[in-house]
Amino acid sequence: MIVAERKPFEEIKELVKEYKKVLVAGCGTCVAVCLTGGEKEVDILKTELDMARRLEDNPMSLAGFTVERQCDREYLEAFDSMVGDYDAILSMACGAGIQFLAERFPQIPVLPAVNTTFIGVNQDIGWYEERCRSCSNCVLGDTGGICPVTMCAKGLYNGPCGGTNKGSCEISKDQPCAWYMIYERLEKQGRLDRITRFTPVQNWENQVPRTLIQPGYRKPEKQ
Amino acid sequence: MKSDSKLEKILKAGHFAFTGELGPPRGANVEHVREKAKPLVGNVDLVNITDNQTAMVRMASWAAALIAIQEGLEPNYQMVCRDRNRLAMQADILGAYALGIKNILCLSGDHQKFGDHPTAKGVFDIDSMQLVNMVKTMRDEGKFLGGADIEVPPKLFIGAAANPFAEPFEWRVHRLAKKVSAGADFIQTQCVFNMKKMREWIKRAVDMGLTEKTYILAGVTPMKSIGMAKYMASKVPGMDVPEEIIKRLQGAEKGKVADVGIEIACEQIEEFKEMKGVAGVHLMAIEWEHKVPEIAERAKVLPRPQV
Repeated sequence: MIVAERKPFEEIKELVKEYKKVLVAGCGTCVAVCLTGGEKEVDILKTELDMARRLEDNPMSLAGFTVERQCDREYLEAFDSMVGDYDAILSMACGAGIQFLAERFPQIPVLPAVNTTFIGVNQDIGWYEERCRSCSNCVLGDTGGICPVTMCAKGLYNGPCGGTNKGSCEISKDQPCAWYMIYERLEKQGRLDRITRFTPVQNWENQVPRTLIQPGYRKPEKQ
Repeated sequence: MKSDSKLEKILKAGHFAFTGELGPPRGANVEHVREKAKPLVGNVDLVNITDNQTAMVRMASWAAALIAIQEGLEPNYQMVCRDRNRLAMQADILGAYALGIKNILCLSGDHQKFGDHPTAKGVFDIDSMQLVNMVKTMRDEGKFLGGADIEVPPKLFIGAAANPFAEPFEWRVHRLAKKVSAGADFIQTQCVFNMKKMREWIKRAVDMGLTEKTYILAGVTPMKSIGMAKYMASKVPGMDVPEEIIKRLQGAEKGKVADVGIEIACEQIEEFKEMKGVAGVHLMAIEWEHKVPEIAERAKVLPRPQV
């Protein structure tokens, strides 16, 4: 899932300081699962902002509304009839959802209440770890299911580097060395041949905005 | 000859190579580079010019390398993958060669987190192994990484680093093999303190035939103090400093620790001269360039061969 972290309250307060009527928009999928931008978090942020502005003698009117997914037009439609009443929308979705909302309502400022952090896994309640950088060229088949792009601090394809430190990465004793793990796993699987060969340079495909249209949905080519 | 390098000539002639190191300054102080270069002239065959080492901004490696040439040294232009993408790398390689640089050392580079710009974006467009292969392709095939022809290809002698000590030890020699197949003409190892492990690593490299395909220069660093030895033992990732080295330094007479440090380094050099598969020594006298003449003298590696 996509993991996001709420922005510091002071930053959010600063973002909406000039507005009197703000709609806090939650998202019910990834950011709800990682306890950052779902219905419950929308309520909390609304209450915090309300109290802070009252204390400053500058009250604002706030409403909250959470849809299933802000990255999907089908769900964004629900905002159509309500946004006209607000000076700004504060979105708690990931960066994709925020942009899709902003694209739908270009006349209204759509502001981010979260920092989108990574694509990751749910390690435990409230504990998430990054696992994928969406590089567009997955090599997990050769690296024992451990991503060198994400899990190696230098993103090396022919690791480990000289900084590998008794199983840890040079950046921290708490960070496992991805290439140490790759070696261990492939050795147990008897597949070390996968990394004894030289891996040539990566063709980076994540340097421009990417689009995917599944084959069955592509428009026929023009004659 | 693959290149115009003096180091290549020395190694090819079968001489035991002796190389040094020079760290560029944190500023544009040309005199500083000249001062550090002076004690190295005539005492080493080649001098590594480090590239933003420990991720701290310094005078560009190629620029300090050109000053080293003016001082009569042959530089080994270090290039790390952390700070530049494939376009910048190839441009710098051409520029360096055009201005008289004949050797390159291809490295990953310490993570930017350690330096004075810890929030910088680490580039790592390509890794050190891919850099080795890119320089080889530029030199031997006269082609850029993108496939286009190079008008005058850079005839560089290609170096790479190896760490014989990092875990898993079993993997180290295979990684060396990978670097050799990628195109490394010579290897400079991480500072060696654990001679037992070094002997084993070299033996495996010899057994795999790797020392027939590349020249291995063993890294030697004289300890200046007990503090330095302890720091390297506990704080520097990938370093293997056996307890006996620290004990021996601790046993030195008052004011003689540095002398014992040099003594240990010289003993290592003597052993490397005899070690099958070792083609030379790379002396990393960290911020101790002025001690190089004394170390070279005591290690009996003088005079340096003229080729």
